[in-house]
Amino acid sequence: MEPRTTADVGGMGHSLKRKEDPRFIRGRGTYVDDVQLPGMLYLDIVRSTHAHAKIVKIDSAKALAVPGVLAVITGADLAKYNLHWMPTLMSDTQMVLPVEKVMYQAQEVAAVLATSRYAAADGAAVVEVEYDPLPVVVDPRKALEPGAPVLRTDKKDKKDNHIWHWEWGEKAATDRAFTEAAVTVKENIYLPRIHVASIETCGCIAHFDKIDGKLTVWMTTQAPHAIRTVFALVAGHVGLTEHKIRIISPDIGGGFGGKVPVYPGYVIAVAASVLTGKPVKWIEDRMENLQADSFARDYHITAELAANKDGKLTALRIKTLADHGYTDAAANPSKFPAGLFHVCTGSYDLKAAHVEVDGVYTNKPPGGIAYRCSFRVTEAVHTIERMVDLMAHQLDIDPAEFRMKNFVKPEQFPYKSALGWEYDSGNYAGALQKAMDTISYAELRKEQAARRARGELMGIGISSFTEIVGAGPSKHFDILGLKMFDSCEIRVHPTGKAIARFGTKSQGQGHETTYAQILAEELGIPARDIQVEEGDTDTAPYGLGTYASRSTPVAGAAAAVAARKVRDKARKIAAHLLEVAEDDLVWEPGKFSVKGAPSQSKTIQDCAFAAYTNHPQGMEAGLEAVSYYDPPNLTYPFGSYICVVDVDAGTGEVKVRRFVAIDDCGNIINPMIVQGQVHGGLTMGLAPALFEEISYDEHGNVQGGSFIDYLVPTAVETPKWETGHTITPSPHHPLGAKGVGESATVGAPAAIANAVVDALWHLGVRHVDIPITPAKVWKLLREHGVRG
Amino acid sequence: MIPAAFAYHAPKSLTEATALLAKLGDGAKVLSGGQSLIPLMKLRLTSPPHVVDINGIQGLAYLKEADGFLRIGALTRESDLDESELIRTRYPLLHDTCKVIADPLVRNMATVGGNLAHGDPANDHPAAMLALGAQVVAVGGKGERRIPIASFFTGPFETALEPDEILTEIRVPVPPAGSGGAYVKMERKVGDFATAAVAAQVTLAASGVCESAGIGLTNVGLTPIQASRAEAALKGKRPDEAAIAEAARLAAEAAQPTDDLRGPAEYKKDLVRVLTTRALRRALERATARR
Repeated sequence: MEPRTTADVGGMGHSLKRKEDPRFIRGRGTYVDDVQLPGMLYLDIVRSTHAHAKIVKIDSAKALAVPGVLAVITGADLAKYNLHWMPTLMSDTQMVLPVEKVMYQAQEVAAVLATSRYAAADGAAVVEVEYDPLPVVVDPRKALEPGAPVLRTDKKDKKDNHIWHWEWGEKAATDRAFTEAAVTVKENIYLPRIHVASIETCGCIAHFDKIDGKLTVWMTTQAPHAIRTVFALVAGHVGLTEHKIRIISPDIGGGFGGKVPVYPGYVIAVAASVLTGKPVKWIEDRMENLQADSFARDYHITAELAANKDGKLTALRIKTLADHGYTDAAANPSKFPAGLFHVCTGSYDLKAAHVEVDGVYTNKPPGGIAYRCSFRVTEAVHTIERMVDLMAHQLDIDPAEFRMKNFVKPEQFPYKSALGWEYDSGNYAGALQKAMDTISYAELRKEQAARRARGELMGIGISSFTEIVGAGPSKHFDILGLKMFDSCEIRVHPTGKAIARFGTKSQGQGHETTYAQILAEELGIPARDIQVEEGDTDTAPYGLGTYASRSTPVAGAAAAVAARKVRDKARKIAAHLLEVAEDDLVWEPGKFSVKGAPSQSKTIQDCAFAAYTNHPQGMEAGLEAVSYYDPPNLTYPFGSYICVVDVDAGTGEVKVRRFVAIDDCGNIINPMIVQGQVHGGLTMGLAPALFEEISYDEHGNVQGGSFIDYLVPTAVETPKWETGHTITPSPHHPLGAKGVGESATVGAPAAIANAVVDALWHLGVRHVDIPITPAKVWKLLREHGVRG
Repeated sequence: MIPAAFAYHAPKSLTEATALLAKLGDGAKVLSGGQSLIPLMKLRLTSPPHVVDINGIQGLAYLKEADGFLRIGALTRESDLDESELIRTRYPLLHDTCKVIADPLVRNMATVGGNLAHGDPANDHPAAMLALGAQVVAVGGKGERRIPIASFFTGPFETALEPDEILTEIRVPVPPAGSGGAYVKMERKVGDFATAAVAAQVTLAASGVCESAGIGLTNVGLTPIQASRAEAALKGKRPDEAAIAEAARLAAEAAQPTDDLRGPAEYKKDLVRVLTTRALRRALERATARR
C-alpha cells in the first residue's frame, strides 16, 4: 500500500523511527524501579517453601531485630482490615497473605517493611515460618479423582477441585459428523506452563498522602484504569475512593499479559503505605517473578478431527482440562472462562465443532493466559494446526495441499464459523501460497526426500493460523462488568501541534509512534508534532488497557474516530476562514482547499490557530475531541508460517534452519514496527516450542523457576526470521487495520512442532508435545530405532 | 537476589592474601572472576562472612610457553584465551573450551583459575585440563606446591586446595607435533552448563598410530571425570572408526550422570558416547593436520 501522506507528515505506511527509542536506547526511560521518593520504605516478601501446608506459626522476632526493619506484615495483620483475600478478575478469590494455609510453593507468606532494600532482604531471610505439610495435588487429572484432597477449604460446601465446566458448539451435530466420518484422527496434546519472563519484573511504589487522603501508585500495569477501579471497589471499605486513587504506569519493560493481574505484592505495598503514610516500594526479583506471577497454558487437550473420504474436513471435537492453580486468576473477558479458545476451528471450513473445557484447582500459582496469547488463542491454534497436519499425514496428502483444500475461501467472508464467530476478512490461500513461494516449498520437499534417503532427518512444518483480537464489542466483552472499549482524547494546540492521550498502555509496542502516525494520517499534522501520552489515570481518558493485541483494533480506531471529529470541526473553521460552504471544501491530508480553486486553502495548522483566535460566532473555541470506541466486531489477523528443521540423530537437537512468516494484519500503520512485532513474536513462539517450561515435581516443587532452567532463547538459538505480508483490510475497522502483537507467538509453535513430527513421521512418530527438548527427541529416536 | 552482609578484603600481594586466608579460615571465600561466587551469594546459597578479592594482586594474569609448559596465570580471563593467537593455533582444545563457557559478558570476567578452583563438575575447564594432563600450582602458608590435575578434584565443589591456599597457575605440557584436541559441548541454550561435554586430546605418531589420548567428561558425575579406560583403548592403536566407537562406548561407561532438567541419566550417558565420537574425530583431524 502506498502511503497517502508525505514522509514529512509520516502517516500510515511509513516506517517512522520510533519516537520512544531515543530515551530507551540512552537508558533514560523511567521504569517503576527508577522512581525514588523521599522517605521511601522497601518491602521484601517471605515466600512459602511448601506447595500445600498449614501455617502453624510465623515468628518475626529475629527479623524485627535486624537494623532497619520496621515491621513484619502477616495475613493476620491484613485480616483486621479484611484485606487478606481479594477477588480475581475471574470472580474467584485469591489470598493477599495467608492466615491458615499456603497453596503453592513461592506463595507470599509475610512481608518485611524496612528502610532499605538490603535490610528488607535480611529481615525476610530470618522470618521463621513453621509449616504443617498437607497432601499436594499437582496433576489436574488426579485433582478430579474421587478422594483427592479438596484444596479450597476456604470455600464453604466445596467438595472437589473442579472450578467450572464450559462448553460451546453443537454437540449432537458434531457427534453425528464423527459417526459419519470416513477418517478420524485423535491426539492428546499438552501445552505446558510457561512464563512471559519480561525483562522488567513486576513492582510498584505505593504512596498514600495522609494529608489529602490520596493514593498514588506507580505500578507495572498494562491496564491502569481498570486497576484504579478495582482498587476502589476492593478497598472502598478502608477509605480509598476512586477520585483519590491515581495509578501511574510509567515505562514498562514488557508485559505480554503478565502485568494485567493484581498481585498480592501490590496490595501489601498499598496497605503498608496507607498504614505508615510513607511511600513503599516493592520490586520482585527474577525468581519471584517466574515462580509466583501469572503463567500461561497448562492445557491438557484431547482433540479429534473428522474428514470425509475426499479429504474434506467436517468436524472438530475437543475436551480440555485447564489447570488454573489454586485460584482462577486468569484475565479473560468475564463471559469467557476459557478465553477465546473456541476460535479453534481456525482457518478451516468445518461444518460442526464442539469444545469442552473444565477448570481445575491444583497446588500451583494462579494465572492462565499471560504469554502474548490473545486469550487462549495459542492453545486453539496449536490444537487445530497439529490436528490438520496429523490428518494430512494420515491421508498421505501434502500438508500444504491439504490446507489449501480445506481453507475458508476468500468469497466466504464475512464467515460464520461453526463455533459462532464472524470472521471479518481473510485470504488464507493467498498467505500460504506466498509463504510457499518464498521458501520454495516444492524444492524443499525434494531435498527432504533426498536427505531421508541418506538417513538424515529434515522436516517441514506449516502453520496457517487465524487470530482473533481487538476485544471487544460491548455486547459480549467485559472484565468485571467494565465494557472493553478503549479511548483517545486529542487536543490540538493553537500553533498546530497536538497532544493525544489514550486508555491503553504501551509496554514496548511503540504506541507513541503508531498512534501519532494514525493521527498524522487523519489530520495531516506531522507525527513528530503529536505528543502521545498513556498510563496516568489522572490525565488519560478511561480505557481497558493494552493486552490481547487490542490497542490498534480498539484504541487505534478511537484515534481515527476522534481525529475525524477534530477534522469535522476544522472543516467548519476552514469554511469560515475561506468564506465558503463546508461542502465546497476538499480535504487532503493536512489541508482544506476550495473545490475548483486549489490555491484557496487553509492548512490544519491554520484552522488550529483560528480555533483559538478567530473562531466563528456561535462555535466554542478550541480544537479537541474524544472517542470511546466500541468495536462492532473483533478483527481476525491471519498468516501462514513455514519452518524447516534439521534433527541431530545423535543428540536429539532440533535446529530451525529456515522460518518464513507471512502475516496479514490488514492495513499496516508502521511496517517497521509490525516487522519488529513479528520478529519478537516469532522468538516468543520459538521459546515454548523448543525451550521453555515451568513444571512441578510430585511435591509441588517448582522446576524451572530461575533463568538457570527457564530457557529463554537468545540470539544464538534464534533463526533468521524471513518475514513478509499480504494485506486484507478489516472491513469494519476505521483504518482497515487488525492488530499484530500476538500473531507470531500464536502461530509459530505449531509450525515448529509440525516440522519436527514431519522429520520423524517415516520412523512412526505421530506427535511430540512442546517444548521439544533434545532429551525428548533423543527418546523418540531411540524408541524408533535410530541409534545416532 | 540480595546477598547477606559480608566483609570485603582486597589484599595487594599473595603473601597478604594467604595470611588473610589462614587467619579467616573457613569463613573466607576467594573472589576471582566472581561469575560463580557472586550468583551463589545473591541467591544466599552461600553466605561467607568474608570475601577475599584477589584481583588486586599483580602478576597473576598471563599466558606463555616456558620450560615445556603452557603457563596460564590464575587470573587470566576466559576472553584472554579466546583472543590469544597462541591458544588458537597451538591449543585448539582450550580454544574450543573457552568459547563455550557461559557467554561473552561472563567470559570477560571469569578466570581460568576460578573455573578450576570452584570444583564444579559442570564447569568446562576441568575436563579440558584432565584431557591435557595439566598441573595446578597452589601457594599457601607453607609455600608453593604442584598438584596433578588428576588428583585435584576431590568431590563436588571440593578440591585438593588447603583453606589457606590460592591457585596461582595452571601448567599444560606443550603438546608434541602430531597433537590435536577438541571440546564438544551439548548445552540446552548458550550460556547453560553442559548437558554433557567431552574434551579429547590425541597425539599421533608418524606411523598414524595413536601415541597418547586424553579424554575428560563434563557434568556427568559428582566430579569432572577422566575416561581412563577409553584413553587406554586408543593408545597404540590406529584410530579408525571402530577404535573411536570403542573409546566412545568406554567413555559412556565412565560417565555417572543423574537425572535432572537437562535430561535423564541414560540420555546423558548416550550423549557422552555421541560427543566422544565427535570430539575424537575433530581432535584426530587437527592432529593429522599438525603432523
